[in-house]
Amino acid sequence: MILTKAQYDEIAQCLVSVPPTRQSLRKLKQRFPSQSQATLLSIFSQEYQKHIKRTHAKHHTSEAIESYYQRYLNGVGRNGAAPVLLDLANEVDYAPSLMARIILERFLQEHEETPPSKSVINSMLRDPSQIPDGVLANQVYQCIVNDCCYGPLVDCIKHAIGHEHEVLLRDLLLEKSLSFLDEDQLRAKGYDKTPDFILQVPVAVEGHIIHWIESKASFGDECSHHAYLHDQFWSYWNRFGPGLVIYWYGFIQELDCNRERGILLKACFPTDIVTLCHSLA
Amino acid sequence: MAAVLESLLREEVSVAAAVRWIARSAQSSEDDPGEAAALSSLRPLRKEFVPFLLNFLREQSSRVLPQGPPTPAKAPGSSAALPGRPGGPPRGGRGARSQLFPPTEPSSTAAAEAPSARRGGRRRGPGPGRERGGRGSGGLEEGVSGESSPWAGGRRPRGSGSPGSPSLARSDPPNLSNLEEFPPVGSVPPGPAGTKPSRRINPTPVSEERSLSKPKTCFTSPPINCVPSSQSSVPDTSPWGHGLPPGCRSLQEEREMLRKERSKQLQQSPTPACPTSESGSPLPSRTGNLTAEPADPARVSSRQRLELIALIYSSCIAENLVPNLFLELFFVLQLLTARRMVATKESDLEPIPGALDSLESPLFQSVHDCVFFAVQVLEHQFQVLSYLDKGTLKLLAENERLLCFSPALQGRLRAAYEGSVAKVSLAMPPSAQAVSFQPETDNRANFSSDRAFHTFKKQRDVFFEVLREWEDRHEEPGWDFEKGLGSRIRAMMGQLSAACSHSHFVRLFQKQLLQMCQSPSGTGGTVLGEAPDVLSMLGADKLGRLRRLQERLVAPQSSGGPCPPPTFPGCQGFFRDFILSASSFQFNQHLMDSLSLKIRELNSLALPQPEPSDEDGESDVDWQGERRQFAMVLLSLRLLAKFLGFVAFLPYRGPEPPPTRELQDSILALRSQVPPALDVRALLQQGLRARRAVLTVPWLVEFLSLADHIVPLLDYYRSIFTLLLHLHRSLVLSKESEGEMCFLNKLLLLAVLGWLFQIPTVPEDLFFLEEGQLDTFEVDTVTSEQGLDGMPVVDQHLLYTCCPYIGELRKLLASWVSGSSGRSGGFVRKITPTTTTGLGAQPPRTTQGLQAQLAQAFFHNQPPSLRRTVEFVAERIGSNCVKHIKATLVADLVRQAESLLQEQLVTQGQEGGDPAQLLEILCSQLCPHGAQALTRGREFCQKKSPGAVRALLPEETPAAVLSSAENIAVGLATEKACAWLSANITALIRREVKAAVSRTLRAQGPEPAARGERRGCSRACEHHAPLPSHLISEIKDVLALAVGPRDPEEGVSPEHLEQLLGQLGQTLRCRQFLCPPAEQHLAKCSVELASLLVADQIPVLGPPVQHRLERGQARRLLHMLLSLWKDDFQVPVPLQLLLSPRNLGLLADTRPREWDLLLFLLRELVEKGLMGRTEIEACLGSLHDAQWPKDFSEELATLFNPLLAEPHMPEPQLRACELVQTNRGTVLAQS
Repeated sequence: MILTKAQYDEIAQCLVSVPPTRQSLRKLKQRFPSQSQATLLSIFSQEYQKHIKRTHAKHHTSEAIESYYQRYLNGVGRNGAAPVLLDLANEVDYAPSLMARIILERFLQEHEETPPSKSVINSMLRDPSQIPDGVLANQVYQCIVNDCCYGPLVDCIKHAIGHEHEVLLRDLLLEKSLSFLDEDQLRAKGYDKTPDFILQVPVAVEGHIIHWIESKASFGDECSHHAYLHDQFWSYWNRFGPGLVIYWYGFIQELDCNRERGILLKACFPTDIVTLCHSLA
Repeated sequence: MAAVLESLLREEVSVAAAVRWIARSAQSSEDDPGEAAALSSLRPLRKEFVPFLLNFLREQSSRVLPQGPPTPAKAPGSSAALPGRPGGPPRGGRGARSQLFPPTEPSSTAAAEAPSARRGGRRRGPGPGRERGGRGSGGLEEGVSGESSPWAGGRRPRGSGSPGSPSLARSDPPNLSNLEEFPPVGSVPPGPAGTKPSRRINPTPVSEERSLSKPKTCFTSPPINCVPSSQSSVPDTSPWGHGLPPGCRSLQEEREMLRKERSKQLQQSPTPACPTSESGSPLPSRTGNLTAEPADPARVSSRQRLELIALIYSSCIAENLVPNLFLELFFVLQLLTARRMVATKESDLEPIPGALDSLESPLFQSVHDCVFFAVQVLEHQFQVLSYLDKGTLKLLAENERLLCFSPALQGRLRAAYEGSVAKVSLAMPPSAQAVSFQPETDNRANFSSDRAFHTFKKQRDVFFEVLREWEDRHEEPGWDFEKGLGSRIRAMMGQLSAACSHSHFVRLFQKQLLQMCQSPSGTGGTVLGEAPDVLSMLGADKLGRLRRLQERLVAPQSSGGPCPPPTFPGCQGFFRDFILSASSFQFNQHLMDSLSLKIRELNSLALPQPEPSDEDGESDVDWQGERRQFAMVLLSLRLLAKFLGFVAFLPYRGPEPPPTRELQDSILALRSQVPPALDVRALLQQGLRARRAVLTVPWLVEFLSLADHIVPLLDYYRSIFTLLLHLHRSLVLSKESEGEMCFLNKLLLLAVLGWLFQIPTVPEDLFFLEEGQLDTFEVDTVTSEQGLDGMPVVDQHLLYTCCPYIGELRKLLASWVSGSSGRSGGFVRKITPTTTTGLGAQPPRTTQGLQAQLAQAFFHNQPPSLRRTVEFVAERIGSNCVKHIKATLVADLVRQAESLLQEQLVTQGQEGGDPAQLLEILCSQLCPHGAQALTRGREFCQKKSPGAVRALLPEETPAAVLSSAENIAVGLATEKACAWLSANITALIRREVKAAVSRTLRAQGPEPAARGERRGCSRACEHHAPLPSHLISEIKDVLALAVGPRDPEEGVSPEHLEQLLGQLGQTLRCRQFLCPPAEQHLAKCSVELASLLVADQIPVLGPPVQHRLERGQARRLLHMLLSLWKDDFQVPVPLQLLLSPRNLGLLADTRPREWDLLLFLLRELVEKGLMGRTEIEACLGSLHDAQWPKDFSEELATLFNPLLAEPHMPEPQLRACELVQTNRGTVLAQS
């Protein structure tokens, strides 16, 4: 699913201040029936993350935290079974899971002697049963299962998607009898930067030499692509030469501008792979 | 001097004798006594003859080439030697070349004044000219007699004389009077500054076009210091263009100008000159005002005289008495392509009666004379011409004047052209690959700390980021290296604290430099044993933009005339600017160390051994390989040496020599203390002795070309220059005999040396050494061994790659064809009247073992490829052997260490004790096994080497040769491997065991469950199961629906739930895409789902809207879950969550409470062994802490007491009964 910048912008336009709920996703799918669900979800998630990054700070001032906590307390005081925390998050336009974290942290500060460590909080978010307050545990759990962009479940889904595509790619490489070193092998050898796969014998795709392949189970938008270029792709190029990035959920066409420089983008496993002929001589 | 020339013209002295006289100090027995007598009287002037001759020719030609490509400048001392200049030359007091365009007299002003000056010159011309002309050689005596050294003339204060030499006055060329405005560089103002070394070069007569000649300005533009704004500097072509202090014209501005100029020239001329024109001064169109005059052999004025001078001139060229062969050829070609005389007054052309045999009358009275002379010289130089590239030969052969004046020469040239294969293209292959990461040198083990390792990781990325940005932007207008990248580079360098990090970075820097800037010959050129570039093997010709960029960078449009100053073209500019911007002392030092080491390594690399000459055919194939390898090594060396020179002399570099003698002396005293960065003198001497000058001299020239003004005055370097001068004189091209250097090898050396002699920082007086000094270098030329010099290692491609300025000849000829003459020019810098003496001495014999000698002897009579193959095989097998030992023996030992460690951990408990102590114990047990490495290594080499040798040598290799080769390969490989192994095996084992220990101890900590054995999916599995991510997502949706909030119409169907669990089963059984975290989440979600089922919290879709799940369906689903938990999950399932306060709380909230499903589930869990009673009890126990409604606690207690009290599982009836029971509360009632 390769989109032009204009197409992408059109979709992104529809995502402005949409809460990360399954209802929003449903509407989005209706609005853009021709796009694949996974692509839409990926775009939505990334746009939402950008939005959160922009507004993150304002939700973390001590005034904001205090006001959220009071509203939470008032809310559950009235009715502990009502989706107090989730509604609060949606109302102030913040991710439910992150709101849950703010309130949980604040709650623990009040009830524990020592300030809670990050790992304790993470562990409680992963398993709300550990939260000492039953009402809060339910509220937090509700936030987490209803958040489609943040939270431990979402993180796990993203991780699983990434892993699945790596496995998929590995199978395709094996199927094509292209020998490679995977990330674990590279790490064991002491490589400081490790793409998903380094081809032991380079191939050519659409006339471009490929030494390594990186699988990205997401949509390649400008923001994430630039971050990846800086943190990963150029680093790979710096060490291993030109390579291929597969954005399984598509990318913005205009971003595929470094082909000549040695970074090729594809939305699927390439079909026309040229391998080195051993009978050259 | 003129006396000599005149006696030649009068045929008192033969040309041969004269040349002998010039070339050698001692008189030869061949000399006729009369001639000798005639010449001996002129002895003190001997060394002045060649400069005089060259200057004479330049001056004579000035009328023809006033506006053409800048005539190579005249040689020093000319004015003193010219007849009729008793009062000294008419030139002004400004001597230094850098003052050609004096700041006080901006060239625009000069140009404006020029015409009147010319007119003035013309007016007053004839009178004094004739008058002085009559004095003839007397003037010469007078001019020189007062000087102790013949060359002091160049230093003599000038500027007091009256204008005009006779010839100047008579022919009255407009440009000569400009010499008054722009004095020759050889002259200096009177006064204390007279000690200043004279510049040997007089400028080409200046016209307004002259100011456009870039190379001049290149030389004049002072590198680092401020240049007057009237004098445009050329940052891009000056090696030190970067770093002009503020106050100079901004680089930006200049770059902009440069860019404009470049594009202009690309449009206008096939010979783009370096742009130095003042903005605003229009570029003259040569085609507009100058049409070429036809040349006619019949109208040549004084054939005999021209022939004679052509002969003596050619002889001087042939004897290497001129400093720069190609400069002379350029000059000759300029004469050949001269368009027309400036002054065409008939009277001027009339020969002056009785003056034909003297120098009174102009030598070139017409274009016909010029062409005649040029063709005469070219005839003598045919041999050199025939070695030029095909393109040049074609242009020469097609030149109509040449055809007209000498059909014979044209025929020979045409034949040479047709036979030539020397096609030289300047297109370079792309080389933008980054230096690859090599675990052997780049992994953590090579760094002192994690921090250093990670810092270097970042630095590598920053380095390439900077490089990419430079590639993208350095041609953009207004972009400035320092501004754009300087601070980033310095920040990066600042992080290189540890010395070890510096060496890592320098290695990266140097490798990238070699990779990008070296211009390897096209296909499959292997770099010193490294694997051939896969890119070129694949024919990856589509790195389009990058390649084009590379090409443009590596092969710049113009080299800037026949004598361009040293520059850093293309990518080299990046590395130069990087060094300058980094301005890091540590970096520079490490870089010098590394460059020196690499230079030594490459310089001593065993290159092709002498091949028996009777072998041909197959050896041809080998030779191509040899040549390619030689070219690679040579080009690498030149690049490295250039950068070494740049960095080594960087701290001393200034725009001009020190202003006073005192200052210079004190600097000399200081500098002579400093040892050279690399002992180049020793390397040069070795190179000469081993007859490897063809390899050593070209890189040495690169190194020296970047020296500062003081360097050539230091004793150490002075002696190097002496050696080089020596060598230059000895490279007589016409000598072809056994043991002589190959023609193209000589040509390469002549070209690079000639170029070096023109470098502005090299003072001319170095080249006019006292003869005594030269004589001390007398050595016999007899060499017992044939070195590289005697082998045809240089081809035209390499010659033109090393000396792109030779291509100026072709450009000049091409511009003649296209009708627009190029404007690029060059300079004659200096004359080298040194005597030839032999070079080299017996190479010192080193004694090695008898076996080694035998091996050497064995190779001696074999083709060089055999030796290379054997050495290569030995090198590779030796290295593979080490790797093999690492992968087998060492890996085994590591495994042993791991199991020993495990035992240790089991016996000593989790802690296992101090890791350091553990390591010691393990190592003491395992290291002794390292001794096996040598035996195994020997076996490995024994086994592998012969096959490799056999595969690489020709099939037809005789059996005895083959087996010897195999044995030598085995021996060498074993030697190499065992040397390494015996020195390093213990350390290697220690290192690997240490890594294993820390790995094991780390793994000991968290997640012991994850280390359990994992099952894969069955062999028949086709991996069609739904993806784990999809399932987590689906289950999450169900959980979200159940937890709410939800819309009224939302819900799930029981079928969907069943399907979901079915899919979960498939996924868990397939496992192809499953990773532990996903499985853990699935497990947790499945437990959450069970809790919701038990609490009847799942909103079921169906008419009417929200239903509750039927009990039977719920049980069916729970059964499915139980079976998944029991059989399919491979991670621990957090079943205790079922009894967590939160999940039980779901039940607490329902009215009436339904316990049957929960009890059912718990019983099943116990029965299936998924949970123990004690575990359940513990969970329930913790429930007491929670706050529950009172009735709930009571119910809980009532319910679970019997379950926990039962020693055995409930009887079958109960289960059957439960299955039947679908009504709520039944179980509760029963219990």
